[in-house]
Amino acid sequence: MIEKTETIRVENLTTGYSGKHKVTAVTEGVTTSLYSGELTCLLGPNGAGKSTLLKTLSGFLPPLSGKIMIEGKDLQDYNDSELAKMIGVVLTERIAVTNMSVYELISMGRSPYTGFWGHLNQGDKEIVEEAIALVRIEDLRDRMVETLSDGERQKVMIAKALAQETPIIFLDEPTAFLDYPSKVEILRLLQNLSRIKRKTVFLSTHDLELALQIADKVWLIDKTHGVKTGTPEDLALAGYMSEYFEKEGVRFDLASGLFRIDNKLERKIRLEGDPVRNRLLQKAFARNGILADTDIECEDMIQSDENGYFFNGRKYGSIEALLKTIL
Amino acid sequence: MRKRTTIILMLLLLCSIVLFFFLNILLGSVHIPADEILGILTGTPSDSDIWNNIILKSRVPQALTAVMAGAGLAVSGLMMQTVFRNPLAGPSVLGISSGASLGVAFVVLLSGSIGGVALSKLGVIGEVTITMSAIIGSLLIMALIAFVARKVRGNVTLLIMGVMIGYIANAVIGVLKFFSAEEDIRAYVIWGLGSFARVSGNQTMVFIVLMLILLPMSFLLIKTLNLLLLGDSYARNLGLDIKRARLLVIACSGVLVAIVTAYCGPIVFLGLAVPHLCRGIFHTSNHFTILPASLLAGASLALLCNLIARMPGFEGALPVNSVTALVGAPVVLWVLFNKRKSDS
Repeated sequence: MIEKTETIRVENLTTGYSGKHKVTAVTEGVTTSLYSGELTCLLGPNGAGKSTLLKTLSGFLPPLSGKIMIEGKDLQDYNDSELAKMIGVVLTERIAVTNMSVYELISMGRSPYTGFWGHLNQGDKEIVEEAIALVRIEDLRDRMVETLSDGERQKVMIAKALAQETPIIFLDEPTAFLDYPSKVEILRLLQNLSRIKRKTVFLSTHDLELALQIADKVWLIDKTHGVKTGTPEDLALAGYMSEYFEKEGVRFDLASGLFRIDNKLERKIRLEGDPVRNRLLQKAFARNGILADTDIECEDMIQSDENGYFFNGRKYGSIEALLKTIL
Repeated sequence: MRKRTTIILMLLLLCSIVLFFFLNILLGSVHIPADEILGILTGTPSDSDIWNNIILKSRVPQALTAVMAGAGLAVSGLMMQTVFRNPLAGPSVLGISSGASLGVAFVVLLSGSIGGVALSKLGVIGEVTITMSAIIGSLLIMALIAFVARKVRGNVTLLIMGVMIGYIANAVIGVLKFFSAEEDIRAYVIWGLGSFARVSGNQTMVFIVLMLILLPMSFLLIKTLNLLLLGDSYARNLGLDIKRARLLVIACSGVLVAIVTAYCGPIVFLGLAVPHLCRGIFHTSNHFTILPASLLAGASLALLCNLIARMPGFEGALPVNSVTALVGAPVVLWVLFNKRKSDS
């Protein structure tokens, strides 16, 4: 059993913006904690207040009320340079700098520790090297930042946050704009860092399914329900997943713990034969409003084997051809 | 490897400054033999008093002024471009040089119509008055900008406000011109053309000493400038006090422009172009390299422009402002095009 300690404690927090004439509260009455060695995902629809919450926790935005305790000390009592050693951020905004190498950018993460001129000493250099190695971007070291792809840029910014050596890392939608394998890669990387370096990793994302598979804890947030926190499984069993995310056509499947597109099924068909092919057939039929399964009582029947699919005495080489006939 | 290239390039810039400096002293409308010049510079005056005067009272001060002004404008432009994260930002963009113009316009144009004295005829006193009014004008505008900078969140907003303040200043100048005598307008226009030769004698010394104090101060902001490159949020997360940093950078860069403009008139282009030139040559945005590089390149380019303005045939009549744009713009275009090619 690895020990997990509470790094951030949020008490009755209300986030929002205070303008000249009125105060707009976005999320009210949040009380929860973040732990070291854990990956926590902040999930919620667009406009639910994810960014506002993240900005408030990072100290960019003052809380409207309530307390944020970081390692036992109120966030308000930290000065800029102390906070820079506690929380490292990776933001959605693209840094606009040109003519800066990846190595230079990552070594900027050492700024809170370097002296007046910002020069790296031997120790700083070792920490930068370690950050590069942890994120496995040795081959990017001399590239210019503006030539990086979105995924590479994201990794470089994570390395910057690592070089900053903060116990806490906040990431605002680190998987946005990435292709699926890169999303998985980034999340796995962050999970690893929470394990190996005992960091408190907290990120917002729209990738529900990935987040539910990889997160130790989940914070659900939306306008009507406020914030609920816990392990994905506990939240699912308590019915919160469906409460927060089910819309028409989307259903939370408790058995798999994942979301399903809910198709209205109006016809039935019976399947026999190769189980792998049958599962794919089932999926293809579901998309077209047909319930297909092995235990269905129905006259229409499809027999599948490695050569293809048999229906009404005819053979079909592909699912596409089969669908054309049936529909 | 990279480090060595940087050092070699810096040394080359330094050599170009030395070379252009001596060419500035050697060439001019009056031909003076090189060995005589060497003698004058090393403390054995020539038999000709005219030659002594030309070298010591005209050419050397002018070359020194060009070095300091070029360095100051380039450093100031670099700081503006970094703090506003806008490649088109330059010393003139915040209305600071417009402020200087406004100050000068007030004094030059109003002294004639109100006091009945044409300031342009007053010699040294007139010169000092013009310098002082330019400094006061630009510092007033800068104080205004600094005040606004503390209230306003976005950089773009601040930039646009600066540009607007510049427009207002120019409009006021236009109104002043309308009510002024032709002679005064001419004096004002000549000031506006920019020159490294206008200040004379002790004033040059004052200018040089001021710049020698101010330029090293910009080096104190290197770490701050590097952090600002990352954008406000990242910089803040790395422990930078954004509002204070922005104020310091704007103030430092503003004072540099104010003083250069006061002594040399509004010199355009150098402040905008030199940082781009240096980024193109040194392939870095790290201020630890790019700040000294801009300083050296600015000095070198200003000397070159001054040299061209005094080429035989022009006889010092060519305004420096025309030369800075004519020489500098193609150079920057060339650097940018080359960069495109190597990127793709």
